[in-house]
Amino acid sequence: MQSLFNSLDLQFVLGSLIKIAIFWIFIMLVVAYMVYAERRVLAVIQNRLGPNRVGWQGLLQPFADLIKFIFKEDLVPLAVNKALYMMAPVIVLVPAMMVLIVYPFGPEVPLPFGGVLSQLINDLTARVGLNWNVDLRTINLYITNFNVGLLYVFAMTSLGVYGIVIGGWASNSKYSLLGGLRSSAQMISYELAMSLSVVAVLIQIGTLDLNEIARGQGDWFGLRWNIFGGPTLAMLPSALIAFVIYLISAIAETNRVPFDLPEAETELVAGFHTEYSSLKFALFFMAEYVNMTTVSVLATTLFLGGWQGPFVEQFPWLGIVYFLAKVFFFLFLYIWLRGTLPRFRYDQLMNFGWKILLPVALFNIVLASVLGVLFL
Amino acid sequence: MKAYVPILIVFIFVLGFAVTNIVLSHLVGKRKNTRAKLIPYECGMDPVGSAHQRFSVKFYLVAMLFILFDIEAVFLLPWAVVFRDLIQKLSRPFVFLEMMVFVAVLLVGYIYVWKKGLFEWNRS
Amino acid sequence: MEIVHILFLAFAALAVVAAFNVILQRNPIYSAIGLIVVLCSLAVLFLTLYAPFIAAMQVIVYAGAIMVLFVFVIMLLNIREEESKTDRQKYLKFLAAPLFLALLGMIAAVVKTVGNPAPRGTDQLGSVQTLAEGMFTKYVLPFEATSVLILMAIVGSMLLARREKAEDVERIEQALAASQEGAEATEKEEVAA
Repeated sequence: MQSLFNSLDLQFVLGSLIKIAIFWIFIMLVVAYMVYAERRVLAVIQNRLGPNRVGWQGLLQPFADLIKFIFKEDLVPLAVNKALYMMAPVIVLVPAMMVLIVYPFGPEVPLPFGGVLSQLINDLTARVGLNWNVDLRTINLYITNFNVGLLYVFAMTSLGVYGIVIGGWASNSKYSLLGGLRSSAQMISYELAMSLSVVAVLIQIGTLDLNEIARGQGDWFGLRWNIFGGPTLAMLPSALIAFVIYLISAIAETNRVPFDLPEAETELVAGFHTEYSSLKFALFFMAEYVNMTTVSVLATTLFLGGWQGPFVEQFPWLGIVYFLAKVFFFLFLYIWLRGTLPRFRYDQLMNFGWKILLPVALFNIVLASVLGVLFL
Repeated sequence: MKAYVPILIVFIFVLGFAVTNIVLSHLVGKRKNTRAKLIPYECGMDPVGSAHQRFSVKFYLVAMLFILFDIEAVFLLPWAVVFRDLIQKLSRPFVFLEMMVFVAVLLVGYIYVWKKGLFEWNRS
Repeated sequence: MEIVHILFLAFAALAVVAAFNVILQRNPIYSAIGLIVVLCSLAVLFLTLYAPFIAAMQVIVYAGAIMVLFVFVIMLLNIREEESKTDRQKYLKFLAAPLFLALLGMIAAVVKTVGNPAPRGTDQLGSVQTLAEGMFTKYVLPFEATSVLILMAIVGSMLLARREKAEDVERIEQALAASQEGAEATEKEEVAA
């Protein structure tokens, strides 16, 4: 037993648990303030004020919303399949949040007071008879890192469909079922275009490890991003097309305007979560925003250089600033689009996905490989 | 292998969070059931018939096609990853052509499906 | 006993339990969920066997794509809970016991021959690079053959889904046109009246 406590694995497990908790709190804050920002920005776009009463400029609004969600009536309609109805929000949220562990927030950074802290931990554990050798002088700004990181993200995204389908089916309401069915058909259609667009840019990257991808874009003063062609400028056209396809299908994948057919309120009330209330509804909501963050993180890492930028070499903590700035840009784009664009019709949506995005993505792979063969 | 352990940790962590939420809303929220609240929402009307009805075969076909093209993507991804290594080791046209043959064969299937009218969503 | 072995055993057990759930549930959608759990725990087994790429593919293709089709079909055809068809399955009962014994025997034989734990892989062996380099150099012919297989599947699924013959379509269209003409005729009569 003693050896188990002494083993590196326990340190690793505890360390990752602490990191997961910190990053999780951070993501929850991002989600909460994303909702707030969305309401304020939409209000500005539409010449309104938006929520500005709770706290200074309404900054405490998310917490008021949370308290409201908790104390709302937990409605379970009679016709639902109770077990599945309860399970659906969990099935949506769990894969969405599991992606958190591969977000590449930044490079290896020096931790302030890291030396003192590790000394303290080592002393404390030594007092209970353990022989730990923690070194916290520098830490990695990611939880874990493996060589199929990108595929892990794709795998988790593809599991997200079930919660929506099952939620729609278990509600036993026509709107929910239609919403769930539409949503899943849409998500799988655009998932294809998304993974094919990534293939084109992977030709110039050559790895699936998200941290490696970010690290590889550090030349040219931290501006040698993959969207500019990565290793050679000649790949610029295919990288640009891939970026556009990725962006469009990412928005469709997360069921947002102008692809928010599953919850088109004018025809389907609220889509798959029509019958959900209180915290169960909140879980669906959270999952949607976490998914938006995930595709933004992927867009940042794959195309816009991740945490790379000028002076990151000298000041590693700048990395996380660049990274968040880029991610927030994409999140802002979501809101901006919502304030600007009307919604697609369902047949237009499916036609666009299968007849335009998919062939263009395929063509782009051919283009990228031609350019790759010639110039790489 | 150690790098994959956090997947399990985060799974337990997030599952715990989600289940706590479900239980919490079950315990804390007040409940006052009325007939109108307990029937499926249908804009104030009493629902007619069951919600579980048969749907267009198109959804089924889209799922089928998705599987097939997803498998294509599964082959394309590792090819793209080793592309740079392979063109150093093998002849460049070979690396290019082996995937183009694969894509071309599937393109035939894609065109066939298009001609058969699967993508005509506004036609039943 | 390393942590990897404990994980392997735990998820193998989970896979077996979920597999029993697949066949014992009467409601097909619960069976489908059981199957998704089986596939995901198989992915974890691949991970513990140092094959991360296969594990990811297992989730993306099987759990993420093929099972979506299953769930769609269950919802599409509106399959209700399985009715008990005791009269038809009366004779199958007597077959089940010997078959189960045979299965147990097979498992025992396999366990006996394998004996030692499987050889340990390395992080390199199951990586994307190793796998892809094999697939696109040495095994390029099977890889190209896969494309033909997928093409066949595309054509087959299209044919199965739209089996109506040309004359059937024609008849339906004629009937539709006739009913439309009828409606127009009555409309004209109403206007005239």
